[in-house]
Amino acid sequence: METDWIQGFAGGMLIGLGGAVYLFGNGRIMGASGILGGLLDGSGRNSAAERLAFIAGVIFMPLLVGLLAGTPATYASSNPIVLISAGLLVGVGTRMANGCTSGHGVCGISRLSLRGITATGVYMLAGILTLAVLRQILGMI
Amino acid sequence: MLRIVLALVAGSLFGTGLMLSGMTDTTKVQGWLDIFGSWDPTLAFVMGGALLPMALAWRLIEGRKPAAGGSFPAPPQTELDRRLIIGSVLFGAGWGLAGLCPGPAMASLSYNGWQGALFLAAMACGMVAAPRLSRHLDRRAAKA
Repeated sequence: METDWIQGFAGGMLIGLGGAVYLFGNGRIMGASGILGGLLDGSGRNSAAERLAFIAGVIFMPLLVGLLAGTPATYASSNPIVLISAGLLVGVGTRMANGCTSGHGVCGISRLSLRGITATGVYMLAGILTLAVLRQILGMI
Repeated sequence: MLRIVLALVAGSLFGTGLMLSGMTDTTKVQGWLDIFGSWDPTLAFVMGGALLPMALAWRLIEGRKPAAGGSFPAPPQTELDRRLIIGSVLFGAGWGLAGLCPGPAMASLSYNGWQGALFLAAMACGMVAAPRLSRHLDRRAAKA
């Protein structure tokens, strides 16, 4: 759709605004994998309440907006093997690298962090290779 | 209490932004990475839109304190270690495979069906296993 980039840009601004609120307010870097992962592996025990509040906002505000304005299409794969292996890779990878698209990508690049820029380059390249091999060469996904 | 309210506000903005931007639409995400297929540039606009307020925020925190107390993050580390690279390779492969990353996986829980829930559950398992795997990796590196 022609309006996709406008929605993308507007949605992106909200993402960045969320990161700015978390930084100004709580003095923390808004990284989705770090906030959730720290809760799951116990390393974020001391800040469990604010992590839970953040995750509640991430999950329930889209639910609310969806009820009022409808939900976007998703098109996720229905192959359980794809979903489970992708989920495991994303879970292990983001915690090992200490960040994902929000922490390394949005928050890291915007402060010109070498680690953030490097991680973003590497995971984008790995994603591009995955699509090239599994979709363009093998036609699997 | 202020910390919790602000975290809820930040999470709500983040989740709504992910939903609106197309980051929970796996065809858009995979389309962005599929540079040899029908490439979709939408994600560049999402990243651009997100970087503007954040870049401004990093400048504006100079000489201030967080509203809810504590201190701002230390300057970024500069060491590019094994974990960063290997972790990012694994993450990127999973991101390409399913078209979902951690934020959108949470944001789309209410409208992404059993598929999104299964991905999120597997991702949570991976996050729990990650510290052990990282330590294993470090030990092997130390031996080599």
